[in-house]
Amino acid sequence: MSAVASGAVDAPRLRFIDRVNPVTKLAAAMLLTAPLLLTVDWVSAATALVIELVLFMAAGVRPRMLVRRAWPILIAAPIAGISMLLYGRPSGEEYWSFWLARITDGSIELAIAVTVRVLAVGLPAVLLFMRVDPTELADGLAQVWRLPSRFVLGALAGARLVGLFIEDWHAMALSRRARGIGDTGVVRRFATMAFALLVLAIRRGSKLATAMEARGFGSDRPRTWARASTIGWSDWVLIAIAFAIAVAAIGAAIAAGTFHPVWS
Amino acid sequence: MHASAPTPTASTTGAAPARNLRWRVVDIVVASVVAVATGLLFLFWNNIGYAWFVAADAVTPGLGGIAVGIWLIGGVLGGLIIRKPGAALFVELVAAMVSAIVGNQWGVETIWSGLAQGIGAELVFAIFLYRRFGLLQAILAGAAAGAGAWTLELFTSGNLQKSAEFLTLYFCTVVVSGAVLAGVLGWLLVRALAATGALSRFAAGQEATRRV
Amino acid sequence: MANTASSPTPAAVDVRGWGWRHASRLRPALEGIDLRIEPGERVLLLGPSGAGKSTLLHAMAGVHGGDDEGEAVGELLVDGAEPARVRGRSGLVLQDPDSQVILARVGDDVAFGCENLGVPRDEIWRRVRESLDEVGLDVAIDHPSSALSGGQKQRLALAGALAMRPGLLLLDEPTANLDPDGVREVRAAVERVLDRHGSTLVVVEHRVEVWADLVDRVVVLGLDGRLMADGPPDVVLSRQRAALLAAGVWVPGGLGPTAPRRRVAVDEPTEPLLTANGLAVGRRPRDIVQRGLDVELPRGTSTVLTGPNGAGKSTLALTLGGLLRPLDGRVEASASLSAGLRGDPIGWRSRDLLTRIGTVFQEPEHQFVTSSVRAELEVAPRALRLGDRETAARVEDLLARLRLDRIALANPFTLSGGEKRRLSVAAVLAARPSVLVLDEPTFGQDRITWLELTALLRELVDEGLTLLSVTHDAAYIAALGDRGIRLEPTNTRAFA
Repeated sequence: MSAVASGAVDAPRLRFIDRVNPVTKLAAAMLLTAPLLLTVDWVSAATALVIELVLFMAAGVRPRMLVRRAWPILIAAPIAGISMLLYGRPSGEEYWSFWLARITDGSIELAIAVTVRVLAVGLPAVLLFMRVDPTELADGLAQVWRLPSRFVLGALAGARLVGLFIEDWHAMALSRRARGIGDTGVVRRFATMAFALLVLAIRRGSKLATAMEARGFGSDRPRTWARASTIGWSDWVLIAIAFAIAVAAIGAAIAAGTFHPVWS
Repeated sequence: MHASAPTPTASTTGAAPARNLRWRVVDIVVASVVAVATGLLFLFWNNIGYAWFVAADAVTPGLGGIAVGIWLIGGVLGGLIIRKPGAALFVELVAAMVSAIVGNQWGVETIWSGLAQGIGAELVFAIFLYRRFGLLQAILAGAAAGAGAWTLELFTSGNLQKSAEFLTLYFCTVVVSGAVLAGVLGWLLVRALAATGALSRFAAGQEATRRV
Repeated sequence: MANTASSPTPAAVDVRGWGWRHASRLRPALEGIDLRIEPGERVLLLGPSGAGKSTLLHAMAGVHGGDDEGEAVGELLVDGAEPARVRGRSGLVLQDPDSQVILARVGDDVAFGCENLGVPRDEIWRRVRESLDEVGLDVAIDHPSSALSGGQKQRLALAGALAMRPGLLLLDEPTANLDPDGVREVRAAVERVLDRHGSTLVVVEHRVEVWADLVDRVVVLGLDGRLMADGPPDVVLSRQRAALLAAGVWVPGGLGPTAPRRRVAVDEPTEPLLTANGLAVGRRPRDIVQRGLDVELPRGTSTVLTGPNGAGKSTLALTLGGLLRPLDGRVEASASLSAGLRGDPIGWRSRDLLTRIGTVFQEPEHQFVTSSVRAELEVAPRALRLGDRETAARVEDLLARLRLDRIALANPFTLSGGEKRRLSVAAVLAARPSVLVLDEPTFGQDRITWLELTALLRELVDEGLTLLSVTHDAAYIAALGDRGIRLEPTNTRAFA
């Protein structure tokens, strides 16, 4: 649970990236990854992955930090690959088959492409969001992207309760042992804790809503912002970089003749 | 901006009386809190059940979909508790953002899937004009959220490149799992939550306790 | 220094024939309330739980919910206007410190109300600094609000209300969840604010002594949802004394001869059931809050564990209870306690722990696992595989003894605060543990629950139960502090 407890606080500082508005990071991650999601070929994915790694290293990401932060993706990538290896659309020579599973030239190629793609799509998001502060993200969503402030701030205030919920969870886990039901029945125990967590969460949310309304939240009056959320040249640079990587990746695939839209 | 809801129909199970469709502050905050809690439960659950799901997903032809339903429960809970347009989508999306930021696991892909699953569930509640929130709607919303997830993965996981047999099997398991683990379970959960009095500020809770 | 330039004008409250019915209820919570509160008046609102005090206060703040949640009759006006239309004229502080911190940083949290009222940015930050100063919260603007103590969080909420420049201050049991230091901090901050601005005050509280000298009027609501009494504090408190005591209100000096007394001297030292030597405790392996502790819990005595917030009292209690792993040293059970089991309590199975050491958590809802009071009491006997007859016997006994029989079928989460506390204790007693560990058992409890609980515990200890209680409550210590352990942030010493 260390990932949950630590959050963004102990994340290392990065050059350049830390100066960018969180919403720009979100936009950049989407801009960069959306084209990659439309093609399954190893050239575009590998091109993007290599450029990303070089740029993140330049920004100050160290290999150990990368493994510590991105391990779920490092595990997910080969798993996606195995699934594709067994069930990818068969073509070319067949090496092995069992019921619906068939390993062929085509599925091997697809498996490699998907494995690299999961990394190329997943890593930038994880590394870009490493230090995102929810308050700043919300400021950006409401002030830069002009999303409705009632919803953005309501979500932000609700999300802040996450620390309390984690404490609730630990206390409930101890109490299950104290009540004599800590030895067996993991799933049942999880269910009682999950239910109690929801009850406590909704109660807290209702009280929080009252506290927010009492401070004038939710009225039709136009609101001001104590802190301005702005974008500057560094934000545009990041967008340009994301766009350039996407173009380079797709361009490389087309040049190499491996471009392979998912729908074909 | 008070949208006027149509006159109430005879009180059949799950039929809501005429209500204000504008979101109150408590709707927004509780929707967020439910999203945060479900997002967190996924992370806790991952410690217990995720390895199995991952293994099943990797080596079986689409059977990994059986466990997917649990991840779709946010939209069903949001729709059933809040009963406002956009609630299913909002809860599923915020839950996805929370696990993207708090769990720091899948990043942007999580947000895409939150969107796709949320839209699936939301469509069902919209088809019923946000007037019916019974077991049937819950099951359909869960199944539709599964269909949304399946559709998105055609692209994000490159599943369009998988065999037709795999895709059919995966579709069936995801939709059935969504109907049962998100739909039926979500409906039971909301009923149990209403019985605790936690939903007293919501129509879902007031119906359950309307006796005293 | 009075800052008259920025002092808002005190607000008046007019309530005429006002009532409120919650959407899920047939009977109104409040009915026919008539009340005029003059600008600058300081009112203490009292009444039994369920009398609708909070409902009335929330209505004055304009946050009792719209048509979706219930229906109002009559008129309730703040300065002649509907409260929801004049947000910011009133500032509301609620009971639970954790549920009213809105944003992650102290400065942002105070600024939140101003932002919603459309106050210009420069003015917002001026007000933020001024309000933090007024409540005596001396932390950086970007200090994480989650790192504040309970008393600090309540003062933060007060600062957030003050930044809106309200003429009416509404406090809903603002000190009920605080330790004595927190109560003093909050009460001092409120007093300072009132002296400076002369704002109108309405405070709901069941511990009268906290506010008695500060208010100039006491209003009592009855269980029937109507006004029961209204007048100067000394008059109302003396005339209504019996009714208030019966309603569970903590009237000064109201503990009376019914409160149990601590045992003056233990005749001879008894064998310790639990012994810890060189103990280091903490919730996480690298996060040691106390080290080098030597603790004994002698059989048949009641030990109270006291000390300031953050000293690690709960952590020590849970470690002694066999729930948290000692980070250093050992918690050892005597031969009579372990009764054949090998190893230390932390290594015992959950089921074996049940009959030996029972733990009641500070938040009762953390330990509820079923959907009815009766089922909750059956959990321990079933885990012990006692059989239907023995289970039923124990459950019936506890239902009657802790006055839970009338609510035996109710869902535990729907109970009142006092009922939840009684149930959480009863559920642990159902296993008949030799040692009982209680974390803040009287926190936020009304007078009646307090008396019942202390009487029961005193009786059980006198019958041979070994008790350890984490507490801040001076009256509880007087009743059950046979022995005391006081934790300071660094070391431990006994005081009795």
